[in-house]
Amino acid sequence: MSAVTPMAPTPVRAAAFRPGSRRRLRKGGWNALALLVLVVMVFPVYWMVSTAFKPGQKILSYTPQWFPTHPTVSNFSDATHQAFFWNAVKNSLIVVSVVVALSLVLAFLAALALAKFHFYGRKPFIVVILGVQMVPLAALIIPLYIMMSRLNDVKGVNHVLGVDKLGGVIAMYLTFVLPFAVWTLRGFLLGVPKELEESAMVDGATRFGAFVRILLPLVGPGLVATSIFAFIQAWNEFIIAYVFLHTPEKQTLMVWLASFTTLRGTEWGPLMAGATLCSLPVIVFFLLVQRRIAFGLTAGAVKG
Amino acid sequence: MASVVESEFLLASRRRRRFTRQRLGHAAAPYALLAPAAAVIGVILAYPLYLLVRMSFQKYGLFELIRHKGRSVGTANYAHIFQDAEFWRVVLRTVAFTAVCVSLTMVLGTAIALLLLQLGRVMRVALTTGLVLVWSVPVIVAVDVWRWMVDYEFGVANWTLTKLHIGNFVRHDWFANPWTGFGVFAALIVWGAIPFVAITLYAGLAQVPHELLEAAAIDGARPWAVFREVTVPLLKPIFIILTSLSIIWDFQVFQQIWVMLDARPGSDYYTMAIYAFHQSFQISEYGLGAAIAVVMVLFMFAATLVYLRQMLRAGEVQ
Repeated sequence: MSAVTPMAPTPVRAAAFRPGSRRRLRKGGWNALALLVLVVMVFPVYWMVSTAFKPGQKILSYTPQWFPTHPTVSNFSDATHQAFFWNAVKNSLIVVSVVVALSLVLAFLAALALAKFHFYGRKPFIVVILGVQMVPLAALIIPLYIMMSRLNDVKGVNHVLGVDKLGGVIAMYLTFVLPFAVWTLRGFLLGVPKELEESAMVDGATRFGAFVRILLPLVGPGLVATSIFAFIQAWNEFIIAYVFLHTPEKQTLMVWLASFTTLRGTEWGPLMAGATLCSLPVIVFFLLVQRRIAFGLTAGAVKG
Repeated sequence: MASVVESEFLLASRRRRRFTRQRLGHAAAPYALLAPAAAVIGVILAYPLYLLVRMSFQKYGLFELIRHKGRSVGTANYAHIFQDAEFWRVVLRTVAFTAVCVSLTMVLGTAIALLLLQLGRVMRVALTTGLVLVWSVPVIVAVDVWRWMVDYEFGVANWTLTKLHIGNFVRHDWFANPWTGFGVFAALIVWGAIPFVAITLYAGLAQVPHELLEAAAIDGARPWAVFREVTVPLLKPIFIILTSLSIIWDFQVFQQIWVMLDARPGSDYYTMAIYAFHQSFQISEYGLGAAIAVVMVLFMFAATLVYLRQMLRAGEVQ
């Protein structure tokens, strides 16, 4: 623990030394505690990555090997050669990109209405937006299944929507992403002062011009945060994909990962390699936007 | 009478004609902007919610699924589940599990947020980055990693606990006993939920004005008293939002248990979400499943109301 306690400079007077040293001691204590918390919290992630790089016989040993001394990438090639891996990658990418694009457009329009207009029914809509976030998915999955299985018999629609169709899953993800996206973007739009737009229009810009030149760049970070939130939600979701996508060729990465465990339960190396691959995109994006997500959920709560 | 009113109305509207076109466009704009999002939410959230309630009063089995039409049975589904001893065991288990998970999450999350305040810059950034890393791990990935860590033969948990002389955990199967099994689930869920709570609370704590804390300290308040009398009241809105969100998330626990136990959890591991899922998708009693789900929504309603009230206040909705 001495590594985190900086060396004390030579004290000039003993009287000045005592309280300072106590403070340093306390600081060292906090740092040691923080290090312990950090190690405990991060250990599962470390264990996943280090297992992914270990050769098979090192994984199946009664005494755990803490560091992969002979790292190998064979687990990763095993995982990517597993049946339907590339199908799952493709499906996940399709679902995620469509959900992100659609949710961005729809949420931005709705947020514009909520932030920039006063109209009859505005408050009820906000209540609905916040309330539907709380409806448990596990409860809705039953009627959603009934609904989608009905759509399977509707000609014209059943190419896109229904059970075992990516379109159905996309529509459901979109709905679960929208409330949060609308709420977040509304917050960003409210943050743009009206005077900015108005002065642009006084200077001769049209309403649309003011919108493109002034409003859009200012809410840019909000749009980025929202699209990454939609990305993470759609990428990580399991229950809907699991219930609605039956054929292995149509499954998303999370369903692939979950079924990986049930087919060959003890192949921990490839499983951890697959898990690492599945979490990489999310971890990267998450590190980019975490501050905004924490902010969006409790924006303004302190003032209350 | 009517014609007088009408002519007066006409007169007034003619006087305003110049403005009406613009006004009408302006009045319709917000509704047009809202329409697409409202339509999607209406079709995929509101209608299924209505369908759920309707199905809970219907017999809806495989036959009805194929015919796309349920048969009304009144309150028979509710009568059935309320007389079912299994149902009450599941309710009790879910409530107790939620209570344990939420309290652990809030206490540990608050402790870590307070710890972050005490740290120097380097250590604080290190711990925050670690927390965000954990926060970003997808749930299914987390389940697989924990499954590997508590593996009965080569799991790192059994080895460590044996080495620490906490007991003999060699070839210990955590899921043979539902108490230790739910212990693992609680650890997994609390581990995954701590980062969000800790980081949000820390963001709130950092906004508490220094002068307030200093003033309290100068007035002779001890650190614990400062925390209780100054910090907690200021952060109360965040506490309420985080607690209600945690209740809502933990009460509907499904995928952690489902994936960890190979999609075949024994009845000792049923929570409300799993019980509803089992009734509908495994034994094709969709009506019964819907009734269980409705009860579940009602249970969570209280937490939702508290959350809504706080969010509306915080968001300064006029």
